Amino acid sequence: MSEDTQRFLDRLAEARADRAGEPTWIAARRQAGAARFEAMGFPTRRDEAWKYTDVRAIARGDFALAADADFSPASAATLTLPIDAYRLTFVDGIFSASLSQLDGLPEGVSLQPLSVALAENHEAVGGPLGRLTGVEFSPFSALNTAFMEEGAVLRLAPGTVVEKPIILQFLSRNGEAPVMSHPRVLVQAGGRSEATLVEHHVGEEGAANFTNLVAEVILERNAMLTHYKLQEASLADLHVASIHVEQARDSRYTSFNLNLGGALVRTDLISELNGENATSDFYGLFYGEGRQHVDSHTLANHNAPRTFSNENYKGILDDRSHGVFNGKVVVKPDSQKIEGFQSNANLLLSDRAEIDAKPELEIYADDVKCTHGCTTGQLDEEAIYALRARGIDRQTARGLLTLAFAGEVLEAVRLDAIAERVELAVAGKLPERFNLAGLVETAVALGDE
Amino acid sequence: MLEVKDLHVSVEGNEILKGLSLSINAGEVHAIMGPNGSGKSTLSAVIAGREEYEVTSGSITYDGQDVLEMSVEERACAGLLLGFQYPVEIPGVKNIYLLKAALNAKREAQGLGEIPAPEFMKLIKEKAALMQMDASFLQRSVNEGFSGGEKKRNEILQMLVLEPRLAMLDEIDSGLDIDAMKVVSDGVNSLRSEERAILLVTHYQRLLDYIVPDRVHVLVDGRIAMSGDADLARELESRGYDWVLEESVA
Repeated sequence: MSEDTQRFLDRLAEARADRAGEPTWIAARRQAGAARFEAMGFPTRRDEAWKYTDVRAIARGDFALAADADFSPASAATLTLPIDAYRLTFVDGIFSASLSQLDGLPEGVSLQPLSVALAENHEAVGGPLGRLTGVEFSPFSALNTAFMEEGAVLRLAPGTVVEKPIILQFLSRNGEAPVMSHPRVLVQAGGRSEATLVEHHVGEEGAANFTNLVAEVILERNAMLTHYKLQEASLADLHVASIHVEQARDSRYTSFNLNLGGALVRTDLISELNGENATSDFYGLFYGEGRQHVDSHTLANHNAPRTFSNENYKGILDDRSHGVFNGKVVVKPDSQKIEGFQSNANLLLSDRAEIDAKPELEIYADDVKCTHGCTTGQLDEEAIYALRARGIDRQTARGLLTLAFAGEVLEAVRLDAIAERVELAVAGKLPERFNLAGLVETAVALGDE
Repeated sequence: MLEVKDLHVSVEGNEILKGLSLSINAGEVHAIMGPNGSGKSTLSAVIAGREEYEVTSGSITYDGQDVLEMSVEERACAGLLLGFQYPVEIPGVKNIYLLKAALNAKREAQGLGEIPAPEFMKLIKEKAALMQMDASFLQRSVNEGFSGGEKKRNEILQMLVLEPRLAMLDEIDSGLDIDAMKVVSDGVNSLRSEERAILLVTHYQRLLDYIVPDRVHVLVDGRIAMSGDADLARELESRGYDWVLEESVA
C-alpha cells in the first residue's frame, strides 16, 4: 500500500472513533469501501479511465475533515444563486441548518441532510443507497463510501411536481489547512414526479479543498428531473464526482454539467436507461484557464429497447488548461430502436491549451440510430469579417464568437439565473482584451425590462 | 468626401473594375446601376475592405486618408459602412452585442468613452422602433432565422445606430416586398443629411422611386459608362442597359 493510500486510511481511522453507534449496515459498507480503496489505491494514468487525468494533486494532499460549518451569512448570501428555491447548504461538507432554506416545502417532497434522514429512519435510506454504485466503480466512490456521513436525501412522492428548484449548495472555505468532504446524494423521484435539482459548488477565493461526491438518482416511471451541476469553486479546489442515474420507463433525465472552477475536476455521469421510452439529455460546458484540468466522462447505457440519449458538450480552453471529454454510448443486445446522439466541440484559445476528446460507441444491437461528432474548432472567419465590417476589432469579434459558442449550450438552460451567471462568467474569463462582460450585462438589463 | 481614381480591381486573376473613377461629396446620394456582372457590388465591397479583392492600381481617398491602407474595422470606425446584399447569420451573437460593441468601437476611435448603458438602451429601442422591429430582435442572434426582409431591416438598423458618414447599401432592395421596401427606404432616407453621403448599389430603378438619388452612374464592364441625375434611372427602366453600352462605345 502506498503512503498516499495510507494517509487517507489514517484519516478514516480518526473519524471512525466518532461513529460507534451507527447502524451495522453502514459500518459494513464503510468497511467494504475502505477495503476496496485500500486494494485499489488512487488511480494512475495507466488506468484506462484515468489516462488523461493525473490525480496526484489529490493523492499527495493531506486533508482533514472539517470541524464546523461556520460561514458568515453575509458572504454566504453573495455566493448563493439568486433563485427562489429550497436549499440545503453544506460548508466543507458539514450541513448548516442556519444557511439552509427549507420553508414552505410542499407536500410530497422530503429534502433532508443525509445525517437527519439516517437518524429518522436509517433503513429507508439503506435500501436505495448504494444500489446504483457499489464500491467497485472507482477508488473515489470507494473512498466516498468509506467516509460517507453527510449529504442530501431528496424524495419525491409519486405525482409530485415541485415548482421551485431545489438547490444543494456546497461552500468551500479558504481555511488554515485544506479539508476534504465526501458528500453523498440520494434522489428518489417517484412516478410522474417532476423537479429541478441544482448542485452548486462554490466557495471562497483561494480555497483548496478536496470534494469527493457521489450521487445516486433513481427515476421511477414517467419521472422527470433536470439536474444542474454548476461548479464554480476556487481555481485551487479539487473536485471529483460521480453521478449514477437509473431510469425507468418514460422517464426523462436532463443534466447540465457546467464547469468553471477548480484546479482538478473529474465528473463521471452514468445513466442506466432501463425502461422503454426513457430519455437522457446530457449538456455540458466547461471553461479552462490557467492550469485547470477538467475531465468529463459520460456513459449512456441503453439497457432497454426504444431508449434515447442526446449529448452536447462544449469546451473552451485558454492558457495551459487541459480538457478531457470521454462520451460513451452502449447499446445492449436486444435493445432495438435506440437513438443515441452525441456531439462534442472544443475551442482552444491558446496554443498551449490541450483537449483529449474520445467519443465511443459500443453497439450490440442492429436496429439503432447513433451518431457522434467531435470537433476541435476554429472560429468562423466569415462571421469574424461581418463583425469587423461593423468596426469591431478582430479580438473582440473572436470573443463574441467564443461567447456564442458557449451560448449554444446555455440556450437550453431553463433557469435564467444560471444561464446569465455562466455567460457572464465566461465573458469575464475571456482574455481581458475581449472585454465582453459589459455587453452581457446590457443584454441582461434589456431582458429584465 | 470620397474620391475613387482610376481603380483597377481583380479577384482571382480576373479584372473586374477597369479604371473606375467616382467622386462623392457630403450630402449627396449616389446610385450605381448596371447589368449583372458589371462590377457594381465590387466597388462597394472594395471601399469597405473586402479582403479577397486585389486592387492592382488606382486610389481611394476618404477625407484625405488613403482608404486602401486602412483595415476593415478602421474603415468602419471612420464612418465607411457597407450594408450587405447577403447579411451573414451569426448564431449566438446577439444583435445587442454587435450594436454595442460596434458603437463603442467607433466611439473609441473618436476618442469618446463607452456609451452609458441607459443612453444606449434608449438609442437602440428608438431605432428598432423606426425600423418596425420588435425589441425582441435585439436579443436574437444576428440574422439567425430572419426572413430576407428582416435581414435587410437589420442592416439598416445597424446604420441608424452607427451613423456612418458614407453609408453604402449593396442591393438593399433585393428580396423585399413593397411593405418592407417602404420601411427600409424610410430608414435610409432618415440617414440623409448635409454631413452624410449614401451610395446605393442596385439593379432596379424601383428602389430609386423611394430613395431619390442626386447622381446615377451606369457601370458597364468595370467602368462608369454614363452618369446623370435621377432621370437617367427612369430612362434605364424603360430602355434597358443596351443603349448605354452602344452610346458609350460610340
